[in-house]
Amino acid sequence: MNPIISGASVIAAGLAIGLAAIGPGIGQGTAAAQAVEGLARQPEAEGKIRGTLLLSLAFMESLTIYGLVVALCLLFANPFAG
Amino acid sequence: MFFSLAAVEVGEHLYWNIAGLTVHGQVLLVTWLVIAIILTITVLGTLKLEQVPKGLQNFVEAVFEYVSGIAKDQIGEHEYRPWVPFVGTLFLFIFVANWLGALVPWKLIKLSEGELAAPTNDINTTVALSLLTSLSYFYGGFKAKGLGFFARYISPTPIFLPINILEDFTKPLSLSFRLFGNILADEIVVSVLCLLVPLFVPLPVMVLGIFASSVQALVFATLSAAYIAESVE
Repeated sequence: MNPIISGASVIAAGLAIGLAAIGPGIGQGTAAAQAVEGLARQPEAEGKIRGTLLLSLAFMESLTIYGLVVALCLLFANPFAG
Repeated sequence: MFFSLAAVEVGEHLYWNIAGLTVHGQVLLVTWLVIAIILTITVLGTLKLEQVPKGLQNFVEAVFEYVSGIAKDQIGEHEYRPWVPFVGTLFLFIFVANWLGALVPWKLIKLSEGELAAPTNDINTTVALSLLTSLSYFYGGFKAKGLGFFARYISPTPIFLPINILEDFTKPLSLSFRLFGNILADEIVVSVLCLLVPLFVPLPVMVLGIFASSVQALVFATLSAAYIAESVE
């Protein structure tokens, strides 16, 4: 594979997953903080709070996963190779 | 004096040629196994129905209640019942497929090319499932509203037309990528950790993978029900 393309793909893959982890990381931390606060105010709503929190975490996680898919695609299924 | 305890390599899929089409054999094999397991449990659980359930019938009824709870939460009391089979099948298939991929020691079965793993680690499977969801919410919308279904493209204002059209493409895309990325990423992390430290260290990641994959099954089913609800209301 063209060395420039290889080098660029590797850098791009690292940047893709690295940058993609920032936003959802902040978002998930905020969501968990609010969930814990809600739990502290009303401990009997634990089931619903936990369920909603897990669902929301999964949605935010998927944004990081999109970056991971791009990184995997660049490393293993590079459309510019060869 | 130096022997290899573990190795990771990028291999080839097991390709089958069926009627002129090339398919991934290893995905089909595990998919058939998942279908067989789900069918066996449901058939055995409903052979002799009793008023007061116990044993396997109890378990099957609990699963059914959970699954129809997912549909009821999203679609609403009055119209959720026809959609329970679809949403339930999505949830059960993805859940059993992910757990089988994570728990069964597939390495014991040696294929000529490629290896067995969760069927959802192949983008084709997840795209197929999300296109089914797309199809079903289109079908639901047409059945509920006829040609008035297209009015949703210009709601709330006609300025939203390109965004709503784009949404028809991003919904299946995000559904499929979310599931595919989660499962494949967990498998890659586990295999790389097994390469680096084959004892004990991969275990927490495997447990996280089992937990995350069941959450992903729930998210897929919930989102499908939500899209159906959105186009049916």
